[in-house]
Amino acid sequence: MEKERLVLIGNGMAGIRTIEEILKRDPNRFQITVFGKEPHPNYNRIALSSVLQGDSSVDDIILNDYEWYEKNGIELYTGDPVVKVDKRRKKIHSKNGIVCEYDHLIFATGSNPFMLPLPGADKEGVIAFRDIKDCETMIETSKHYKKAAVIGGGLLGLEAARGLLNLNMETEVIHIFDYLMERQLDAPASDMLRRDLEEQGMRFHMNKQTEMIKGHDRVEGLKFKDGSFLEADLVVMAVGIKPNIELASDTGLKTERAIVVNDFMETSAKDIYAVGECAEHNGIAYGLVAPLYEQGKVLADHICSKETEGYHGSLMYTKLKVSGVDLFSAGQFQDEEDTRAIRVHDEFEGIYKKVVVKDNKVVGSVLYGDTSDSPRLLDMMKKGQDISNMNKAVILPSEDENSSGESPVVSMADDEQICDCNGVCKGEIVEAINNDGLSTVADITKHTNAGRSCGGCKPLVSDLLSATLGDEAVSNQKEPMCGCTDLSHDEVSEAIKEKQLSFTREVMNVLGWESEEGCSKCRPAINYYLGLNKPEEYEDDHTSRFINERVHANIQNDGTYSVVPRMYGGVTDPDQLRKIADTADKYEVPMLKVTGGQRIDMLGVNKEDLPSIWKDLGMNSGYAYAKSIRTVKTCVGEDFCRFGTQDSIGMGIQIEKKFERLNTPHKVKMAVSACPRNCAESGIKDIGIVGVEGAWEMYVGGNGGVDLRGGDLFCKVETGEELLDTMSAFLQYYREDARYLERTSHWVERVGLDHIRSVVLDDDEKRKQLIENMERALRARPKDPWTEVSENEAKQKELYEKKQLEVVQ
Amino acid sequence: MQSTKDEKQVMICHIDDLVEGVPKEVIVNGESIAVFKTNKGKVNALKNSCPHKEGPLSQGIVSGDHVFCPLHDWKISVETGVVEAPDEGCVKKFQTEVKNEAVYLVL
Ligand code: SRM
Ligand SMILES: Cc1cc2nc3c(=O)[nH]c(=O)nc-3n(C[C@H](O)[C@H](O)[C@H](O)COP(=O)(O)OP(=O)(O)OC[C@H]3O[C@@H](n4cnc5c(N)ncnc54)[C@H](O)[C@@H]3O)c2cc1C
Ligand code: SF4
Ligand code: FES
Repeated sequence: MEKERLVLIGNGMAGIRTIEEILKRDPNRFQITVFGKEPHPNYNRIALSSVLQGDSSVDDIILNDYEWYEKNGIELYTGDPVVKVDKRRKKIHSKNGIVCEYDHLIFATGSNPFMLPLPGADKEGVIAFRDIKDCETMIETSKHYKKAAVIGGGLLGLEAARGLLNLNMETEVIHIFDYLMERQLDAPASDMLRRDLEEQGMRFHMNKQTEMIKGHDRVEGLKFKDGSFLEADLVVMAVGIKPNIELASDTGLKTERAIVVNDFMETSAKDIYAVGECAEHNGIAYGLVAPLYEQGKVLADHICSKETEGYHGSLMYTKLKVSGVDLFSAGQFQDEEDTRAIRVHDEFEGIYKKVVVKDNKVVGSVLYGDTSDSPRLLDMMKKGQDISNMNKAVILPSEDENSSGESPVVSMADDEQICDCNGVCKGEIVEAINNDGLSTVADITKHTNAGRSCGGCKPLVSDLLSATLGDEAVSNQKEPMCGCTDLSHDEVSEAIKEKQLSFTREVMNVLGWESEEGCSKCRPAINYYLGLNKPEEYEDDHTSRFINERVHANIQNDGTYSVVPRMYGGVTDPDQLRKIADTADKYEVPMLKVTGGQRIDMLGVNKEDLPSIWKDLGMNSGYAYAKSIRTVKTCVGEDFCRFGTQDSIGMGIQIEKKFERLNTPHKVKMAVSACPRNCAESGIKDIGIVGVEGAWEMYVGGNGGVDLRGGDLFCKVETGEELLDTMSAFLQYYREDARYLERTSHWVERVGLDHIRSVVLDDDEKRKQLIENMERALRARPKDPWTEVSENEAKQKELYEKKQLEVVQ
Repeated sequence: MQSTKDEKQVMICHIDDLVEGVPKEVIVNGESIAVFKTNKGKVNALKNSCPHKEGPLSQGIVSGDHVFCPLHDWKISVETGVVEAPDEGCVKKFQTEVKNEAVYLVL
């Protein structure tokens, strides 16, 4: 039998969730075709905030990758919007000219951002915050401009503002009312929010109405009704959304604010449905995913001819996804004549809780600072529970002074919801953990959808995981350093500091190593941590070093070695080149090669020749073999290049001379370019410097290796001195905090850029301490190892001598 | 040590020429041999070539009775020459003897 043809207009969150629900019910019934205006597969729009805040990449937020569409036999047209629907012939037409017949048609076209119709709103640099493109525009803009203005102090505006702060822009928020998020918060909570955000660096202009946007081609500032003016290089409008119903009304569907649907998501036309933000049910067009997903379930039942009670509206609640701010708001939270409220307000701890009660039932709530009671409150509201016999500690369990401090999930009933976006309750998760043997939050998300949208419930899911499996099972997931111990890197380095241990053997003894002398994994790590702890006293244990570091050259596949002398900043001269050429001739070096690090490699050298080659070269070791500072690549810069803004060569050489020979957890590569064209590839270095007019930008955590990762803009400084100080503090924090063999890219991902900034940039005391520790470490560095070895005969004998014996038969 | 008639002993070095944890490469009649001194003063010798891809064992990290090959980290017993699981194989072992602080290789 031929399959029924199902066409979806809008490749977004509500539409694709509906398709998932349909496939769950009846995987083979429909031939499905999806049209999407955006050039992406379905992604998590909610998580754009975290992309902007630098916590995820665009790839991380894809919900259904192309493979998913293919596997389910779905025909997908991205970047191709539907432009016409022919109801009579049951056909749609796309912009690229595709014509497609349907038996069932679903509108899931979402919303458009509402753009204030101000004079100048069409200038370059005026954007909304709705899709991946907007996010990319903000990220790109932040690389070249400094001042951002966000119009709108609601949920979306504040999330955008936090992201722009993270992108190192000066961020001003313009709000027309007296209170931020006035639709979700009452005055006290709103004040607390404003104070916290001001502390994070946001600046607010309350009670201000924008009159026009000024500038030539590009925006230069905002003019307000009160006559004042604010400079801005970027304006983000976040003043609301407008359901996207143009196509629907052209098609002749009944629309009000959005496309009108009944309890089964049917529009006024036969076989045409609508879900998501573009649909209006009972006079309400919802703008949060939880209701949209509920609608999706109902529509899936209906289209698959399953009995359903239909959709009857949803309870709205809100969380703000801004790091450092915990906020929850639901239902009717303002006081009215017939309501009473329970209030907790602790200005010292920054906690505010308000539960609004009407006719003995909870009808609304605002929580600020501690939102742990939100699942309980939502559940009471949904069930309309009578609270007349309950005391405060039952309604707000976190206020119970006798409580054991255990997670609220423990006392939750099985049918209480943990993930509100996706409607997943406790019982479902526990069942999945037990039946499918799940042991990580990521697995739970994959199996149950819990945590797949706004991610706000992940801490609860994690608590539930521990409560179900026992803390032991979950915390045992830490990775031991190696097979010789159960302790992790962090625990070992912590113990070395705490117990002030001084020798490799001592560490293994005191910490109960399972093998007598360790192995090739733990010994180099312990040696590193010991040196870090006592830079001046500790004597490096070279037997614990990998051969390359022990003999200061890189071993090759045939047991010969390579020699890479330092060429500071990639600069050389005829004298150096002549010496390299002469030495290569003398020792018959099989190959000379220019490396990716802007210097010269002499490959295939015999081990016993190393000390004399070094002596003949008279150059310093380039440390091309070590977990240490490697190279500082530079571009030509202002001396020669027509685009150069800074002396990149001079700065590069200064950096390399300052930090050379410093031990680090893994190798550290740096680069200095003199303009954003980035000829020295500063974007993929552990620390990459980009000179711009009058300032230096510092990027960190870049990696050109196995997991390609672009560096993150860490800060922008004006003087070379400030740059060197910031690099010192950053590098020292990396040395102290990262695990041995953890590249900066992995470390930055693990601990978060925000955290590193808070230590290296924001905390003056810590920064000073780090710089001091770095100076100490630099002073304690060994001399150049090549010079040292070529002057030390005992070392040569111990490490480089090869004994030749002829036995006469 | 049982000696057979055509057995040869070659003195390779003084015991103090060997450093704990740093193996020494000795070439005898063109054959490269790695000589190890353990932390208990015992001397062992293996052919200086890993059964995996001929990595020079004399350049490895030594931990107790084992050496870790410098090329791909195979773990090999210096006492027996046997490769530790999950890898497999065996390196040729040479008898050694220490007399009057002189180290001899038995060929
Ligand atoms: C010589 C050189 C290749 C060349 O001829 O250009 C080189 C050679 C080796 N690289 Fe590299 N890398 C060289 C530049 C690079 C670069 C480019 C750069 O630095 O701009 C990269 C990517 C950038 C990066 O690291 O972010 C690079 C990424 C790697 C990686 C992957 C690191 C990662 O985090 O994923 C390794 C493996 C490792 O370190 O664990 C590696 C490891 C190696 C080793 C040391 C492998 C080993 O342990 O034996 C190679 C030694 C070859 C030999 O037989 O001597 N090499 N290597 C380059 C030396 C640069 C220098 O002057 O010091
Ligand atoms: C930054 C941000 C943060 C948010 N945070 C939260 C949150 O914390 N919690 C929460 O619940 N919600 C949040 N939301 C709201 C949530 O993302 C939306 O409610 C949800 O995405 C709506 O789903 P939808 O499918 O209706 O619309 P969309 O996801 O917008 O999908 C509609 C798709 O249809 C496409 N389209 C439109 N017209 C056509 C056409 N003619 N042909 C083909 N395709 C077309 C659009 O391009 C779009 O891709 C947030 C939104 C943003 C922007
Ligand atoms: S980075 Fe800029 S200044 Fe440097 S060489 Fe390239 S173009 Fe010139
Ligand atoms: S050659 Fe020894 S491990 Fe590969």
